[in-house]
Amino acid sequence: MENQHHVPETVERFLESTLESVDNAEELAVGMAQRAGFDEDDLMKIGMAVRESMVNAVVHGNRYNATKKVRFSVASNSQRFTIQIADQGEGFRFEDVPDPLAPENIMRTSGRGIFLIRSFMDEFQMRHLEPHGTEVTLVKYTVSK
Amino acid sequence: MSIKLNTRQVGDVSVMDVAGRITLGEGSSALRDALRDMVSKSQKKILLNLGEVSYIDSSGIGELVSGFTTVTNSGGQLKLLNLNKRVKDLLQITKLYTVFDVHEDEAGAVRSFS
Repeated sequence: MENQHHVPETVERFLESTLESVDNAEELAVGMAQRAGFDEDDLMKIGMAVRESMVNAVVHGNRYNATKKVRFSVASNSQRFTIQIADQGEGFRFEDVPDPLAPENIMRTSGRGIFLIRSFMDEFQMRHLEPHGTEVTLVKYTVSK
Repeated sequence: MSIKLNTRQVGDVSVMDVAGRITLGEGSSALRDALRDMVSKSQKKILLNLGEVSYIDSSGIGELVSGFTTVTNSGGQLKLLNLNKRVKDLLQITKLYTVFDVHEDEAGAVRSFS
């Protein structure tokens, strides 16, 4: 996509560890992505990547703990649409996530979230936070390369 | 809109029309409960019509897999009908498309149950 008249936009929220926050984060990110000029297909991909990342933060990271928050931020400029999601959980080893496409895992009922995020976004990074927590960074390019 | 489920009988095939979002929480648990209910009533031929499904996440995909396994293990068959492009794409990239018996025409799908 090409967007010559993009207005930079940044938001940051500290969200409760609830499924309602998942919906709110998805809605906020998709709204910003729409204003950034992404098409329907990319909006679906961005929305789903945010949903899967938020579910990981709320369910697997913070384990619905009401005392823990999810930091959610979106920054949109003329080149990159960047989403960061950080939980306060115990973290996990990325290497321990089984490959959902391996024949022995195809019929598993879970474990496809990170695979879908990586499929839908142009960049995906994950880092452990001190003293605890996991932060993921998702990027979709605003300008076609 | 969350999820809406409606079950009807076409001959000996139970058709479940699914509409809305199959996502973690209400959507995926409603689908799981409905499928388990059908299995508990010894319904062996189940056709899931996903034509009106607007959104499905990884949890929803997991429920489809779980439903397929539950029905198959009880000696039944679960087939899918009317996948929209998004659901079809998701099943393809997760390599699940060939696991399910997918149909585009209800009459043909009903006939395909042996």
